[in-house]
Amino acid sequence: MDNYKGVLVCGEITDGQLAPVTIELLGVGRKLADELGEELSILLMGSKAGSVSKDAIAYGADNVYTAEESILDTYNSDAYTQAAANLCKKVLPSIMLFGHTDMGCDLSPRLNGRLGGGLSMECSALSIDPATKMLLATRPVFGGNAIATMVSKAARPQMATMRAKTVPPAERDDARQGKVIPVDEKIDPSALKIKIVEKIKEEVEGVKLEDAEFVVAGGRGMGTAADFAKLRELADILGGAVGGTRVACDEGWAPATLQIGQSGKVVSPKLYIAVGLSGAMAHIAGCLGSKCIVAINKDKEANIFNVANLGIVGDWKEILPALTAKIKEKKAG
Amino acid sequence: MNIIVCVKQVLDPEIPPAKFKIDPEAKQVVPPAGVPPVISVYDERALEGACRLKDKNKGKITVLSIGSEKAADVIKNAIAMGADDGFVLSDPAFENLDSFGTAYVLSKAIQKIGAYDLVLCGRQAADWGAGQVGSILAEILGIPVITLACDIQAAGTNVQVKRIVSDGYEIVEAPMPSLVTVSSEIGLPRLPAGVRLMMAKKKQIPIWKAQDIGAEAAQLDKGNAHTEIIGLSVPVRKTECEIVTGATPGEAAANLVSKLANLI
Repeated sequence: MDNYKGVLVCGEITDGQLAPVTIELLGVGRKLADELGEELSILLMGSKAGSVSKDAIAYGADNVYTAEESILDTYNSDAYTQAAANLCKKVLPSIMLFGHTDMGCDLSPRLNGRLGGGLSMECSALSIDPATKMLLATRPVFGGNAIATMVSKAARPQMATMRAKTVPPAERDDARQGKVIPVDEKIDPSALKIKIVEKIKEEVEGVKLEDAEFVVAGGRGMGTAADFAKLRELADILGGAVGGTRVACDEGWAPATLQIGQSGKVVSPKLYIAVGLSGAMAHIAGCLGSKCIVAINKDKEANIFNVANLGIVGDWKEILPALTAKIKEKKAG
Repeated sequence: MNIIVCVKQVLDPEIPPAKFKIDPEAKQVVPPAGVPPVISVYDERALEGACRLKDKNKGKITVLSIGSEKAADVIKNAIAMGADDGFVLSDPAFENLDSFGTAYVLSKAIQKIGAYDLVLCGRQAADWGAGQVGSILAEILGIPVITLACDIQAAGTNVQVKRIVSDGYEIVEAPMPSLVTVSSEIGLPRLPAGVRLMMAKKKQIPIWKAQDIGAEAAQLDKGNAHTEIIGLSVPVRKTECEIVTGATPGEAAANLVSKLANLI
């Protein structure tokens, strides 16, 4: 275990640039590495890896491992697991960080299974225990009802995933020095079992839920699909998106892809308008990052008022049309 | 087609937050009295995925659940939905296992069952939500894993999966046997049918202990856990909700809009 040293970020490249989440991980990784007095490294995969190495160094990496194979240009579970496992076996990182992204959610548990490490997903905070020098990983559990701190006493690497925007990005400093180390081990194609047949981009009506600055969400209290559809007008006026609770999606009032909460999407808009939803923790887990939560519910004891900043106690059937009209007026000028 | 589905019984995630209590010393959640445990939401969807495959391709569904003897209830419910067989994996040594321990126990039970084409798991559990048992299990079994499925089809000797990615979907294929983790987007689980409900009620669900599946004590030793919970707390949220009022709904809405002036 003592021969495992340093922090390794599993980097992501989007549109030829370091992904924002990767820059954030370099920031948190730098702090962890400095506390340990060890090095920060990053693994970059795909034929663009070399071209962003300089950026990775400027954002804090001491070492940049580049696996420049075209087979790694798009995420493939088998190929990425192989490439990352090969590197880990060679450099023996003590800590390994992933974005809680498409890649990180698929790769980190599988790599963990292969390496026998200790993984905590969707962490809200990472720090080093000053006494033991172990990674303390804090993460929400039970749909955000509780917060757990996890530690891996003997298993290495200690692994963690973090959602984008959990921590601030690393500061860029072009004076920083670092090494670029090409990975010479090539992918063994005989071990690639999973084949990507097709990628389908989803056509979204209006703004995408996860990116929306304004979200209007409805729950059980909406009552019917036709009533639920009334949320759309307000969302459109705000230039935002509509989302639903698990009940609303299970009822078929909204597609499952628009479910917000523990078993759906996590959103962090400027303004979250919760209409006719009681605020079960499993739902709240998906919207707590919102800057401002507005609740409209006729039950003043509903849990949503415990997390909302502003609220109106009343029947949404009266409040929503009025609110929609007032916001429309304001927007008009 | 032989399908094995791994399911977990959990605390109902829809309980009101006021009923949620923890024991910070034991680092455990204290289940509220009178609230029956439920099948973890994603696991129920995995079961639905298995039933749809069986509807189309025939075959056999076997359900596994690690838990107390009460877990027989989730297996009976699975049988009522369309599963054929099931086993409860219950042993004091199986309590509070980490993801590796859980995957290890499941792998031993799967090896005991023998031949299979697919293993289905929920994408994560609704309680601790570690999100990794399926992937670790696949690595132990040495089979491919496809995560976040919203549609699963048999395609000859391959399994074809539509999986959720942030900007849409991916269609991926892997040779069977494979493991697939299922997301809620696959759709609602079917309601248990009347006749099957009666049959399931009468069914004896065998309980397998560590020795029945040949699980080694060292692998279940908490001292060898890969991850350990060293702290558990309930977050304190101090949001003062300002209730906006008005003589009419229109006035209340106008007052609310003026408070939101900086945001919209």
